[in-house]
Amino acid sequence: MKRISVTVNGVRHEAEVEPRTLLVYFIREQLGLTGTNVGCDTSSCGACTVHLNGQSVKSCTVLAVQADGQEVTTIEGLATNGKLHPMQQAFHEEHGLQCGFCTPGMIMAAVGIVDENPDPSEAEVREALEGNLCRCTGYHNIVRAVISGAKASV
Amino acid sequence: MIPAAFEYERPSSLAEALKMLSEGGDDARPIAGGHSLLPLMRLRLARPSLLVDIGGLADLRYVRDEGDHIAIGALCTHHELASAQELTGGCRLIAQVARQIGDPQVRHRGTIGGSIAHADPASDLPAAVLALDGAVVARGAGGSRTIPAADFFLGPLMSALEPGEILTEVRVAKRVGCGSTYEKFQRRAQDWAIVAVAAVIESSGGTISNAAIGLTNMAGTPIRASGVEEALAGAASEEAIAEAAGRVSEVGTPLPDQNASSEYRLHLAEVLIRRAVANAMS
Repeated sequence: MKRISVTVNGVRHEAEVEPRTLLVYFIREQLGLTGTNVGCDTSSCGACTVHLNGQSVKSCTVLAVQADGQEVTTIEGLATNGKLHPMQQAFHEEHGLQCGFCTPGMIMAAVGIVDENPDPSEAEVREALEGNLCRCTGYHNIVRAVISGAKASV
Repeated sequence: MIPAAFEYERPSSLAEALKMLSEGGDDARPIAGGHSLLPLMRLRLARPSLLVDIGGLADLRYVRDEGDHIAIGALCTHHELASAQELTGGCRLIAQVARQIGDPQVRHRGTIGGSIAHADPASDLPAAVLALDGAVVARGAGGSRTIPAADFFLGPLMSALEPGEILTEVRVAKRVGCGSTYEKFQRRAQDWAIVAVAAVIESSGGTISNAAIGLTNMAGTPIRASGVEEALAGAASEEAIAEAAGRVSEVGTPLPDQNASSEYRLHLAEVLIRRAVANAMS
């Protein structure tokens, strides 16, 4: 077992983990933050996307021990004082989801896209979302939500 | 899928990392972004007994102009390389390739050192490094050695790295005044390339004087299409370029898989070479 200290959504957590524990399972099972989903479990679908030191990553392909001393933000960390993050609000308003399974990962990826490109075109959003799969929506409303969320985030 | 159990250490220097690796024996492996190694471990295709995490060694993260070549620290991520200012002229190829790897999340974690050391013939950077007459620097307990890219890739997931060695740097030629491009063909976004072509072209007034063509996923290692390169030298028309591209059949018969037959791969390579050369010259 390894002792790690990870700051998740601004709160520092000390924990004992097996080195083989994947970050997503640490977040879900040890911290109880189940907003981050496990989809494909093979770094393809993006449902497990979180931010590691401010950059979007697939938490099924990061070891919890690799996050030792680092900062993680999950979907639970976006809202402030009960108010949705502009990107969450945009997904709500544009109906950027159906079943909702991919949504936490989509939103975390979308926030990352806008961090790197504050005013993305539709084509840029579609390309930058290539690591996130949605099996319900056909992406149309998701792309609209990201563009709307980008404008609201300025 | 959870990997089989292993020990994990995080060294604070390269020297410490090399010591940990040599003490860890043949089953000890270095890890950085983990985007090649962790998927293998989860499928239990790799079962290292010890992972030495070099991801925090900041002195392996740089892109430097060394005069006659560009030196890239092994820990540079694909995301960082995609916008590296030092990559101009023909070696901009590395940036063009880096931005086509995986997806944004993968590019934030994956590193050039990991991608090259993994030696997957379907992976993008190896063919680019080969086309830029690159080399890798490997550090071991006994010192450092420089291995030309042409001698580095030995087969699928097999490289000239010895157990206990860490790939610390990738070097590529600058190719001042050259144009470059990476044409990648995939069935779906984020897939591995079925075939891809890295082209570095020197031309003047529409006449090619020098061409380097690297091929991804056309053999068990990345390869150069030397017959095509020879035929491209002096080519000054679309017809001449198309004729040169036809010589890609000289590289031999690529293996078929569920995505493409051998014939289709050869066809793709020929078409992609034509496109790559045209784009590199424009």
